[in-house]
Amino acid sequence: MANISIDAIADLPPQSEQPEDWRRFFGFSTDHKVIGIQYIVTSFIFFLIGGVLAMVIRGELITPESDLVDRAVYNSMFTMHGTIMLFLWTFPVLLGISNYLVPLMIGARDMAFPRLNAIAFWMVPVFGIILMASFFVPGGSAQSGWWAYPPVSLQNPTGNIVNGQFLWLLAVAISGVASIMGAINFVTTIFRMRTTGMTWFRMPVFVWTVLAAQIIQLFGLPALTAGAVMLLSDLTFGTSFFDPAKGGDPVLFQHFFWFYSHPAVYVIILPVFGIFSEIFPVYARKPLFGYKVVAVSSLIITGLSAVVWVHHMFASGTPSWMRMLFMATTMLISVPTGIKVFAWVATIWGGKIKLTTAMLFSLGALVMFVFAGITGIMLAAVPVDIHVNNTYFVVGHFHYVIYGATVLGIYAALYHWFPKMTGRMYSEGLGKLHFILTFIGTNACFFPMHPLGLQGMPRRVASYDPEFAFWNVIASLGGFLLGVSTIPFILNMVSSWVQGEKAPKNPWRAIGLEWLVSSPPSHENFEELPIVISEPYGYGKDEPLVSNPDKLEVAHATS
Amino acid sequence: MQPVNSSVDSANPILEVVHEASHHEHSDNRLFGFIVFLLSESVIFLSFFAAYIVYKTTSLNWLPVGVTGLEIKEPTINTIILVSSSFTIYIAEKFLHKKQLWGFRAFWLLTIAMGSYFLYGQAVEWSGLAFGFGDGVFGGSFYLLTGFHGLHVFTGVLLQLIMLVRSFFPNEYDKGLYGIEATSLFWHFVDVIWIALFTLIYVWQ
Repeated sequence: MANISIDAIADLPPQSEQPEDWRRFFGFSTDHKVIGIQYIVTSFIFFLIGGVLAMVIRGELITPESDLVDRAVYNSMFTMHGTIMLFLWTFPVLLGISNYLVPLMIGARDMAFPRLNAIAFWMVPVFGIILMASFFVPGGSAQSGWWAYPPVSLQNPTGNIVNGQFLWLLAVAISGVASIMGAINFVTTIFRMRTTGMTWFRMPVFVWTVLAAQIIQLFGLPALTAGAVMLLSDLTFGTSFFDPAKGGDPVLFQHFFWFYSHPAVYVIILPVFGIFSEIFPVYARKPLFGYKVVAVSSLIITGLSAVVWVHHMFASGTPSWMRMLFMATTMLISVPTGIKVFAWVATIWGGKIKLTTAMLFSLGALVMFVFAGITGIMLAAVPVDIHVNNTYFVVGHFHYVIYGATVLGIYAALYHWFPKMTGRMYSEGLGKLHFILTFIGTNACFFPMHPLGLQGMPRRVASYDPEFAFWNVIASLGGFLLGVSTIPFILNMVSSWVQGEKAPKNPWRAIGLEWLVSSPPSHENFEELPIVISEPYGYGKDEPLVSNPDKLEVAHATS
Repeated sequence: MQPVNSSVDSANPILEVVHEASHHEHSDNRLFGFIVFLLSESVIFLSFFAAYIVYKTTSLNWLPVGVTGLEIKEPTINTIILVSSSFTIYIAEKFLHKKQLWGFRAFWLLTIAMGSYFLYGQAVEWSGLAFGFGDGVFGGSFYLLTGFHGLHVFTGVLLQLIMLVRSFFPNEYDKGLYGIEATSLFWHFVDVIWIALFTLIYVWQ
């Protein structure tokens, strides 16, 4: 190696050892930006599949009778819809956005473990295929809901070892391994790969939220994995961990499940909080209000998230003292969350607001998150929870969190960073049409679920009493509108990427390391690593973000 | 292809360019990442421990019919051997730090032997037990906990074997001892977990 000549260097394959055009997205790449886009596109395919299942559910519920699909198929639909939307859409798409942005935002050339990063990504399509394969095994896919509570999940009428529930557990286990790999990578990257001057309190809030979310993955996910291993063992090896007839305890599975799966909602929503914190200052032209408090509140949410899981089990024979304790801890979460909401409102307040598509989606998502927060506090209260437990009120609440806030927040991020990722501008007209359809569709679909729940309509049913018909028709029409709303989005993304106007490196005049390099950034991100000298939200201030801005432009900039 | 930097004038410019051009995983990062992995892994064990405690304190028919308890003598010997192996691996590491390869190999091999004996002892114990995996929550918990730990011991021994073989290749450890440090850390982790597990299953009967 020491004898290598300059000529030999010139003959070396390109640094990435990949084609430079669109084909690089179809191969094994270790570039965090390629992996980020691979995650985003893959997860969007699953989003559409999960959406089709949602259309079947809403199609069934548009009339009181069970007349569209068989009841067993209906059970499959809501089980797979929930599983796909969580494990194959929200987690991976946020991992994709984080993968793309975190190294750029902290001034690193890549993630700490690029190969591990690539392996973790490729496990997503693998477990997606395993999950989809379950539709074709005898008995069809899993039917016990995405929470897989025993004893329902232990039923196996077909007698086959390879059944839908078995494949579901296998897929979830693979997803868990991939997520832990990803979490190790993010935590190591954020702790150890920050560039000179990038102190903790100069890190963008998005990076703080990714760190907080990935810490939850590290310490919550193993509990679900333990529960899944025990359930798999009961299902296949004849153990009786969760079989009450043989001394097992089915409620123990609920503890394992919710110990992770409640914090999982913070794994999803925290990066969305980060997205809000990046977008509001840019389009309001103001520094993020209370930056340090907003940053640290993410870690407080992470800490509190470990002691709230029993609020999902108020109706599972939980003793009163435990209900009171977990009601209190759950309500405490509203404090750091409320701090963030007030900080965003204070950021927007009096700002020169520019209503781009990204800003519209962020504002819409924030409004719906506040609504979800209010119903969340209602659900945290034991008396209300006991009344509406297992009704559509709960479904409405979490869809406001997961669709209203999260999906809209993800759309906001995809629009905001689209020029950076693709080097092209998107169409604002199509983007705004997408926003209007999505905002109306979301509220039309998920608001009716609240009155339905308060009236007592149970969830997970294919037929219902005709008195619930009015709100169900509206919800179904809203659901179909959400399906339609993805069309302008796909059109916009594909056509803009192919033939959109070329994007400058900083089209929004935003502050942040990712906006100092070309659009899209080169393989190495920065020719010379930036030296950070101030906080990331200096809108309206004179201080520069880095001390070496003139040296950041990459050698083969494309813009 | 990046254009080669025109200011190629340092001592070994080509190597620098090549280094710059590829995405590297730094040894320090790998150890940090490995510690994060172990912290995460410990939560799986803690979850199993929690399940064991719940079952033991609430189950009406804890032990399977005909089983009165576990024999503790052999497992105690096994425990002493496994815990001692944490010291032998530590000594082996010390030898390697002093670049005394044969001392390293001797103590490393001793650690492998002790780990293997532990696995052998566990196999003998399992084959003599009067209950199986499906015998109530006790049977399931016992085999799940000891089996999952055994899998870790087996992995540790495999890693140690790989590191031993590596020591016979020239200049293997000149650029850092990540593999050795990680394997050693893993082995200490496996030992600490066993102490908790032994206390829970064998001492607290």
